[in-house]
Amino acid sequence: MNSASSLAVDHLGVQYRMVNALSNVTCSVNAGRLTGIIGPNGAGKSTLLKAMLGLVLPSSGQVIWGDKPLKQQLDRVAYIPQRSQIDWTYPATVWDVVLMGRIRKTGWLKRYSTVSRRLAADALERVGIANLRHRPIGQLSGGQQQRVFLAKALTEEAEIFCLDEPLAGIDKKTEAIVFNILHELADTGHTVLVVHHDLGQAITNFDDLILLNQELIAYGSREDVLTKHNIQQAFGGHVPFFESNAA
Amino acid sequence: MYDLLIEPLQAEFMQRSLLTAVLVGIVCATVGCYLMVQRLALLGDAISHSVLPGLVIAYIIGIDIFLGAFIAGVFSTVVIAWIHTHSQIKEDAAMGIVFSAFFALGITLMTIVQKETKIDLNHFLFGNILSVTQSEVINTLVITVLVLVVIVLLFKELMLYTFDPVGAQAAGLPTNLLNFGLMVLIALTIVASLKSVGVILVLAMLITPGATAYLLVYRLHMMMIVGAAIGVISSITGMYLSFHFNLPSGPAIVLVAFGFFLLAFLLSPTQGVLTQSLSKTE
Repeated sequence: MNSASSLAVDHLGVQYRMVNALSNVTCSVNAGRLTGIIGPNGAGKSTLLKAMLGLVLPSSGQVIWGDKPLKQQLDRVAYIPQRSQIDWTYPATVWDVVLMGRIRKTGWLKRYSTVSRRLAADALERVGIANLRHRPIGQLSGGQQQRVFLAKALTEEAEIFCLDEPLAGIDKKTEAIVFNILHELADTGHTVLVVHHDLGQAITNFDDLILLNQELIAYGSREDVLTKHNIQQAFGGHVPFFESNAA
Repeated sequence: MYDLLIEPLQAEFMQRSLLTAVLVGIVCATVGCYLMVQRLALLGDAISHSVLPGLVIAYIIGIDIFLGAFIAGVFSTVVIAWIHTHSQIKEDAAMGIVFSAFFALGITLMTIVQKETKIDLNHFLFGNILSVTQSEVINTLVITVLVLVVIVLLFKELMLYTFDPVGAQAAGLPTNLLNFGLMVLIALTIVASLKSVGVILVLAMLITPGATAYLLVYRLHMMMIVGAAIGVISSITGMYLSFHFNLPSGPAIVLVAFGFFLLAFLLSPTQGVLTQSLSKTE
């Protein structure tokens, strides 16, 4: 994965019912770096992620990876939705959900292979919940639910990982495990893009940041993005966490 | 016991009814699990009411009434989707609007047809499992096998789609196609059940057995298997009740299914209302 495989976001915009949710975002996301998408509530962070993958229809712009639009290469992307987007009362076990990560690689009309089962077992081991394999997903804590989806994403053998607020409402132990794995992925040349909801301590985990407030405020390395000027522009005068964590 | 259970089966019409009861119990419960996990129970109601005008129009123009019913059922889902994607109307309101309009049209057409001919289309409203014909049994058999084969072949894709539709889209699955496929399966299932439980009560056979199983097991395929078993037992029991006590078959079947639901609701080892309160007092 060389630098040519960086993601190029080009004038991306999204409208919901004639209202601009996101306009004219141009930036690049580099492989081998842990990149955070930050901004205030309603800034369009999740919308940017979804628009990049074609999960919401952009009103303008495109996202190119290599020499093709990213949305034509979704088999190389692992996407983790917000936990609140999922119906956790669905009749499935941890094992059922983790195996779902192998659907694309398995193909139509085929059963999961031995390789897929081994990958799923390894992934569960890696996120530290191998013992919960047979547990119904409705009986998991928030942190455990997040780890199930991380394990599912790991089985996909993807090159790009997109996570939507993976740290919302989870315990410290899970947060450490999630960041460990994300760092490992970045260090092995993957592109890792994370929607992140606050400016607290955890933000120091990111190498690069994309700062949004319905339009792009800044992007680049964490140090370059987290200036007082940029933060004020994105969050207005009200910057709840900034003072204690100035970059 | 022999007199009650075996003797009726010596009549050929009872053999046909029994086979239909088994098939409808299986196919409704299995497909209904998808409606339940997607929180789309009302959609089952919408499609089943919407098949009525198709059925009557097919009768008028002289084509297979089941084909007419199927087309109208699928058409109603297209209209529902069209309304809620092209306006601010939410999906549940769109369903309510469409199915009541289709149903009203069906009843109107039915009344007009019945003025001129003696045909009794009321069977399709409430079902009459004891009057199924040879060709209706074959129809039901073919549909059941077809639907089950599709579910087995697409099981993992349909599971991801019904669990996490956005995730399915992100995995590159053709979610619009999967959704339409599900609608077709549901419409086919309803058509297969028309004669035994009728359009008004088929919803119960789609939802109740699966919901009962949901209180007992926690994996989708187990829910389908246990649900199908409950569906089969309910429809056979309902059929015998209908035969011995001259009850309408659809309501008899539905009431038996509801009985099972009530048992699971009260006594399920993990989720039963009574078992839970007992374990709390201990």
